[in-house]
Amino acid sequence: MKRIYLAPALLLTGLLLPGMAAASEAGFPLAEMEPDIHDQASLQRGARTYLNYCMGCHSLKYQRYLRTATDLGIPEDLMLEHMIFDENVRIGDLMENSITVENAKIWFGAAPPDLTLYTQLKGGPQYLYTYLQSFYEDKSRPFGVNNMLFENVGMPHVMADLQGQQRKVCKQIPEVAENGGEMMDPLTGEYITEEICGDELIHRGYSPLELVEGSGSLTPEEYDQVIYDLSNFLYYVGEPSRLERERIGVYVLMFLAFFFIFAYLLGREYSKEFH
Amino acid sequence: MSDEGVNSGRRNFLIGATTVVGSAGVVGVAVPFVGSFNPSARTLAAGAPVKIDISKLVPGQILGPIPAWRDKPIFVVKRTAEMLEKLNSENQRLADPESERLQQPEYAKNETRSIKRDVLVLVGLCTHLSCSPKFRPAVEPQDFDENWIGGFYCPCHGSKFDLAGRVYAGVPAPSNLEVPPHFYESDSILVIGEDGGVA
Amino acid sequence: MASIQESFKNVMDWVDDRLPVTETYEKHMSKYYAPKNFNFWYYFGIFAFVVLINQLLTGVWLTMSYNPTGEGAFASVEYIMRDVEYGWMLRYMHSTGASAFFVVIYLHMFRGLMYGSYQKPRELIWLFGMLIYVALMAEGFFGYLLPWGNMSFWGAQVIVSLASAIPFVGEDIAVWVRGDFNMSGVTLNRFFALHVVLVPLVLLVLVVLHILALHEVGSNNPDGVDIKKHVDEDGKPLDGIPFHPFYTIGHDLPGTVIFLFIFCAVMFFYPDGGGYLIEHPNYEPADPLKTPELIAPVWYYTPFYSMLRAATFPLFGLDAKLWGLIVMAGAIAIPFVLPWLDKSPVKSIRYKGMGSKIFLALFVISFFILGYLGTVHPTPNKTLLAQVCTAIYFGYFLLMPWYTSVEKTKPVPERVTMK
Repeated sequence: MKRIYLAPALLLTGLLLPGMAAASEAGFPLAEMEPDIHDQASLQRGARTYLNYCMGCHSLKYQRYLRTATDLGIPEDLMLEHMIFDENVRIGDLMENSITVENAKIWFGAAPPDLTLYTQLKGGPQYLYTYLQSFYEDKSRPFGVNNMLFENVGMPHVMADLQGQQRKVCKQIPEVAENGGEMMDPLTGEYITEEICGDELIHRGYSPLELVEGSGSLTPEEYDQVIYDLSNFLYYVGEPSRLERERIGVYVLMFLAFFFIFAYLLGREYSKEFH
Repeated sequence: MSDEGVNSGRRNFLIGATTVVGSAGVVGVAVPFVGSFNPSARTLAAGAPVKIDISKLVPGQILGPIPAWRDKPIFVVKRTAEMLEKLNSENQRLADPESERLQQPEYAKNETRSIKRDVLVLVGLCTHLSCSPKFRPAVEPQDFDENWIGGFYCPCHGSKFDLAGRVYAGVPAPSNLEVPPHFYESDSILVIGEDGGVA
Repeated sequence: MASIQESFKNVMDWVDDRLPVTETYEKHMSKYYAPKNFNFWYYFGIFAFVVLINQLLTGVWLTMSYNPTGEGAFASVEYIMRDVEYGWMLRYMHSTGASAFFVVIYLHMFRGLMYGSYQKPRELIWLFGMLIYVALMAEGFFGYLLPWGNMSFWGAQVIVSLASAIPFVGEDIAVWVRGDFNMSGVTLNRFFALHVVLVPLVLLVLVVLHILALHEVGSNNPDGVDIKKHVDEDGKPLDGIPFHPFYTIGHDLPGTVIFLFIFCAVMFFYPDGGGYLIEHPNYEPADPLKTPELIAPVWYYTPFYSMLRAATFPLFGLDAKLWGLIVMAGAIAIPFVLPWLDKSPVKSIRYKGMGSKIFLALFVISFFILGYLGTVHPTPNKTLLAQVCTAIYFGYFLLMPWYTSVEKTKPVPERVTMK
C-alpha cells in the first residue's frame, strides 16, 4: 500500500522536473544574483532607486503605490512624502508615469517598456542585474553608451554617474595549456599570459569591460549593491503576492500532510478488508 | 463483505476525525473564494475620499450634477434661512428627530445634522431599499403629503425625509438618511469620505 | 435517535417515490461492484474528476474579474494577480489545474492502453473518453489565449493558421475562426465564450456519458478478467467490492490527498513551472508585430506540435504544410478506432505477447520524445528524430491488428490476482 502512494508522487514530480531548469539565454553570460524578497531594507532601497532613476521613463502600471508601501513596510505618509513626486498622485494609484508613447519614440526610438513584469518576462532578476552592470562607452551610439547584454540599446546609462564609465578592453590573461589548466612559467612560477579581446574574453570567463577608475561616485561594490537592490525590488514587483503565496503554501502542505495521516488510517480500515 | 475483524469503535473514531479535519480543509479552500468577493485594491483606491467645490452652490439648491463617493450619489444642499427655520417645526411627525440612531458621525448629530448649519451632506440612498430619493424643496401640498414643508421623497416606495434627511414616521424607510464622514478643507472645499481627524 | 433515523427514512421514501435518488446512489456507489484488484493506475479517473471541479469553480471565479477584450484582458489578469483578494491563488489554481488535468488524463489513458480497457464491451467508454480528451484540448487552446500575453497570441496564431493549409477554403476558414484578418480582440471575445460556456458544457455531458457507459458494463481491471463470470448466490461478483465505501474511502481518499499535496506544492512554489506551465513571453502583452523567439505550445500539446513540424516534405502532390495538418489531425483521430484495431484475445498487457509490450513501450517513449522535441527549436537531426517517433506513434496503431493477432498470449486466470 505505501509503495502505491509513493509512486504517484515520484511520477508527477518526474514529469514536472524538466520544467524547473531555467533556460539561460545565449551570448553574454548572466551574472549570478540571488534575489531575497524577505530583505525589506534592500527592497526599500531598490524602490527608492527605481522611483528616482527609472520611473520617469518606465512605469509600473500594474502595481499600486499602496501595495508597494504595505509590502515593503514603508509607512504611507513617508511613501507620499519621499517617493511620490507628483502631488496629484494618490497612494492607492497605479505606479504610472506621464511620459507619452509619441515623445518616447522621438527621444529613444522606441517606447520604454513597462517594467512591472520585466523580471518575470526574463525568467528572473539576473538579466536586469547583468544588464545594469554591462553598459560601456560607445561613441557611435546616440547616448554614447552600448550594452554587452542588449546590443545597440536605445537607453542611456542612467546611473553612469554612480557607476562611472566602463570601456571595452583587451586583457592579459593566462594562456590555457593543452590539458585545460592555466599555463605557468616553470622557472618564475608566474602565469604565462596572452592578450585577448572581445568575445573571446567572455568565452574564457573574463569580463571584457573595465571601469575607468574614479569616474563614478560609488565604488564597484556600492554600485553592485544599488543594482542588486533595484533588481530585487523589480523581482518583488513582478509578483507581489510571492511572499504570501509561499507563506500560505507551507501551511497548506502541512495541513495536507496532517490530513493524510487520518485519510490513510481510515482508508486502511476499509482497504485491509479486501487486500 | 463480512463485519469480521472490523473494529467499529476505531473505525467510527477515524471517520469522525477525518470528517473534522476534512471539513477544516473545505473551510480553508472556501477562503480564497469568499475573500475574492471583497472590494479589490482598485475599488478601494477608487473609493478614496473625494473633494467637492461648493463655492458655486446657491442657497436653496442641491449640488448638481450629483457628485459620487464610492459610486454612491452624494447630496449637498445649501439650506436657506427659511428652510432652517421650518426644519424643526414638525418634529412630532419624524421617526427619529434627535438622530439617536447611528446614521451620522458624532459631529453631525445636531438639530441640523450638519457641520455648517446651512450645508447638508447626505448619502443619497433611501434607507429602505436603496433607491435615490428626489429633492423636493418647495413648501407646498404634494400628492404624497398635504402638509409638505420641503424635503426628500423616494419614488420607489414613498418614503419621506425632511431637509435634514430625517425620516418621517409611517413610511417604509426605518431610519434617517446617512450622513457620510466629511470635513471642510477650506471654506469652499468639502472633503467626503474622511473625518479630517475631528471624529 | 431512532426517531431521527425514522424521519430521515420517511423523507427519503417520499423523495424516492418521485426521484430515484436511493436507486441511483446504489447503482453508482454502494452497489456498484468494482474489481478488488485495482492498483495505482486506477487513481487517475478520480483525480481528473477533482481537477475538473477545481477548474469549474476557479474558472467561474476568474470570470468575475477578467475582462475579455483586447484592450483589457492582459491588465485584468494582472488585476486578478495583484488587486483582487486571493486572486493570485484562484488564478494559479486554474493555471496549474490545466496542466494537472492533462497529466492525469494522459496517465488515465495510458492505463486504458495497458489493460485493454477500450476492448469489447468498453468501446463506448473509450470513445467518450477520447471525445473528452479532444474537448479538453479545445478547452485548453481557447483558454490559453485569454491572458492575452504574447505567447497566447502567437500560439493561437499558429494553430489557427493551420486551417489555412486546407486547400482552396483554408484562408477563408482561418478568417472565419478569427472573425478578423489577424488575431484580435474579436477572436479573444469568442474564444472566451467558447472557453467558459460551450466547451465546459460539452465536457460535463461527456463526463456523465463516460461514467454512465462505464457503470453499465462495469470496470475493467489489471488482469482484464470479467468479474461478472463468478458471482455468489445474490448475484454479486465474488471478485468485486462496493465502490463506496471501499474504493472511495479505502483507495481514493488517501490517494487524492497525496495528489492534492503534489498539486499544491507546484501551485504554491512553482506556479509557472520554470516557464513550462506559464511561459515567460506571456508576461508581455500580445503584440502582433513581435513574435517570441521560440513559439512552443504548452507542454501538453507538444507531442502533436512535433508531429506537425515533422512533416517537412511534399508527398503525393500535397505540400508539406497540408501534410503537417493531416499528420497532426490523424494523430489525434487515430486513437478513436483503437477498440477495433486490437485483435488480441486478451485485454491486459500482463497476458499479451512480446509484440504488444514492445510496441506499447516504444509508443510511450516516442510520445515523450515528441513532447520534448516540441519545446525546442527544430534542427535537422531533431526533425529526423521527430519523423521516426511519428512513424512509431502511427505504427503502434496501424500495426496493432497484425502484432496482436500473431503474438503468443499467456493464459488469463479465471479470477483476479492481487499482485
